[in-house]
Amino acid sequence: MDKIPNNRAWWLVLPVFLLVAFSALIPLMTVVNYSVQDIFGPGQAYFVGTEWFKEVLTDERLQDSLLRQFLFSSAVLLIQIPLGIGVALMMPKSGIKGSLCLILVAIPLLIPWNVVGTIWQIFARGDIGLFGWGINQLGVDYNYTGSTVDAWLTVLLMDVWHWTPLVALLCYSGLRAIPEAFYQAAEIDRASKWAVFRYIQLPRLKSVLIIAVLLRFMDSFMIYTEPFVLTGGGPGSSTTFLSQTLTTMAIGQFDLGRAAAFSLIYFLIVLLISWLFFTAITHADKEQ
Amino acid sequence: MISWMNWTPSVAIFFAVIAGILAVMTVYEIVSPCTERKGFLPIETTRGDRLFIGLLSAAYIHLAFLAVSDVTLWVALAVSVVWALVLLRWG
Repeated sequence: MDKIPNNRAWWLVLPVFLLVAFSALIPLMTVVNYSVQDIFGPGQAYFVGTEWFKEVLTDERLQDSLLRQFLFSSAVLLIQIPLGIGVALMMPKSGIKGSLCLILVAIPLLIPWNVVGTIWQIFARGDIGLFGWGINQLGVDYNYTGSTVDAWLTVLLMDVWHWTPLVALLCYSGLRAIPEAFYQAAEIDRASKWAVFRYIQLPRLKSVLIIAVLLRFMDSFMIYTEPFVLTGGGPGSSTTFLSQTLTTMAIGQFDLGRAAAFSLIYFLIVLLISWLFFTAITHADKEQ
Repeated sequence: MISWMNWTPSVAIFFAVIAGILAVMTVYEIVSPCTERKGFLPIETTRGDRLFIGLLSAAYIHLAFLAVSDVTLWVALAVSVVWALVLLRWG
């Protein structure tokens, strides 16, 4: 006799469904509604069709900030992933030194974003900040409020300082999960350090690294508070990233229709990239 | 209560159609459950995966049409529907 499938457990998913509906679906539907209208105030909305989308897709200011955002996220990944792996490889494997290292490495992760911005704003100042003053003393003309390159370097350095520990901790946990027998086998074969890294450690880190890349990409793609506090998006608009452009548009200028259209495009980009990563993760799991 | 959502007929139709597709796919899944298979896409997919890929690419097709041409979006819709059907059948 066939077993009758009992699907009543699905009712238990209902609370989560309601929660997601209120926190994600209803706001999303609202944004879609806003994106096809010109809104002047409560009860004063005019249907404009796809006009906002057309305008947003051809708006140079937004294209620039999108390009900046991709540049920033790529730079973040290119620096933080190798650096994180390096830090994890150098951390002691166990004992009190290991625990101490873990705590020290994790400290930047505990600091709230706006505080990180404030710390670096002062730290990088040429007159009173240790970092800015030190660099100026070396004879390098450094001023993150005036020079685009300096502002970019400071924002990048701040993000590397804040988030490389996350990559390092993830890699460290991945490395600790490799059984000792692998290393013993490598030793018997007289494998070089590079060979051990290339053929034992790196393949075993694959799934952890995909998660690290996904988390770092998403976080850096949505970055708002830190550059907002540090540079305010300047000099000019050289460090104005997507979310700040969007906030200025939606809240500063109350340009709800245009901001809604843009946030939907932003959402589609994030959705596509998350899906690509999700597929990569599930396939890496299957291979293992 | 929902006046702040500023509903417009076209957006309502849009979400109703999506909800309809999801409902039909759910019924279809209960009537004949699907298994993962490999089509012309480089990965193994279930029916739901292919629907998701179809919907996501439909969004990008519409944006591409808006960005580079002045053609009416009905053309983009037609292209998307054909693409989604091809994807569901052979993807």
